[in-house]
Amino acid sequence: MAAHDATHHGHGHDHSHAHGEAYAVHVPTRVYYWNFAALMVLLVITLFAAYFDLGEWNLFIAMTIAVIKALLIVLFFMHLAYSTRLVRVFAGAALFWLIIMFVLTLGDYFARQAPSMPGH
Amino acid sequence: MASETVTAGQHAVAEHAADHPHGPAYLHHHFDDVEQQRECTSLGMWSFLATEIMMFGGLFFVYSLYRWLYPDAFHIGSHHLNITLGTGNTFVLLFSSLTMAMAVHFATENNPRMTVICLGLTWILGAAFIGIKAVEWTTDYREGLVPGLNWTYYNHEEGLRELANKPIGPQHVMMYFVIYFSMTGLHAIHMIIGLILVGVFMRYAAKGQFNGGNDQPVELMGLYWHFVDIVWVFLFPLLYLIAGFHPGGLGGGAP
Repeated sequence: MAAHDATHHGHGHDHSHAHGEAYAVHVPTRVYYWNFAALMVLLVITLFAAYFDLGEWNLFIAMTIAVIKALLIVLFFMHLAYSTRLVRVFAGAALFWLIIMFVLTLGDYFARQAPSMPGH
Repeated sequence: MASETVTAGQHAVAEHAADHPHGPAYLHHHFDDVEQQRECTSLGMWSFLATEIMMFGGLFFVYSLYRWLYPDAFHIGSHHLNITLGTGNTFVLLFSSLTMAMAVHFATENNPRMTVICLGLTWILGAAFIGIKAVEWTTDYREGLVPGLNWTYYNHEEGLRELANKPIGPQHVMMYFVIYFSMTGLHAIHMIIGLILVGVFMRYAAKGQFNGGNDQPVELMGLYWHFVDIVWVFLFPLLYLIAGFHPGGLGGGAP
């Protein structure tokens, strides 16, 4: 905040902001390459796991890997790891509301009997 | 501290109201400075993505509910999909996210040539995804697996054999395919919009519009592209990899 105020008040658009580049997030490109490599490894693991009939565990493994992949994309490709706290709150809010919908509605279904569907 | 900031802000507004004598050309007049503009537009994009998450979230909820109700039908349905093409598409889309991240990187580096090249690669990969999806959908159509257009699952002996000794009927398998086409269809619409955006941005980048610190539009478009990628990251295991996939066909080996 102090740094922000300093550049804000100072008249000469001095040092770092001269070319405007300093505003952008600078992530070393090797982060992207490693992130992609990790995503590929996870893709292979999720595919491999799907060849086995593990009952309930298939879904658990697949979803865990999908969540990790999504996190890698959000944090590094979408720069959330380097974003301001406010942006992170916005990103988290969407997830939070999604969880409300799933937990409350599915909880209601699970707590009752399955609704009778035509043809069942 | 707070009041000081406010007065400073008002000062800045008054001073910059006319034409931003001190700001770059891409700084809009209703923002104090580039930093404020960047944070505002970033929040705007994330708010839009939140609405997108809610839209896809509804479909994911429908998926969860019906999979819970008719697990056998989902098991059978998923075995009718081509896992090789699905995996290929996942690879293509993850790769396109890398090229998109690189395009954003080169935009911040004031390198329009590499930005255009990376956007071009992203476009080719995105188009490849749509192409592979089209092949899959055409096959589904020929096999009579498209509810509403060509649904002949009832008539297949194979289909009836799959359903034997299971507490489900063909209409439950149909529900799987309704959900499959709704989700992949909405995703494909997003991909096509993404392709149009990438194409337009290639033109802008070639003209050098993202130079001199105006790289944020590329970053925001990248956020959209990565979001669509994430949706597929969930669709792929949920639709294709339900359980015990057997190479070489319609196993349907649910216990």
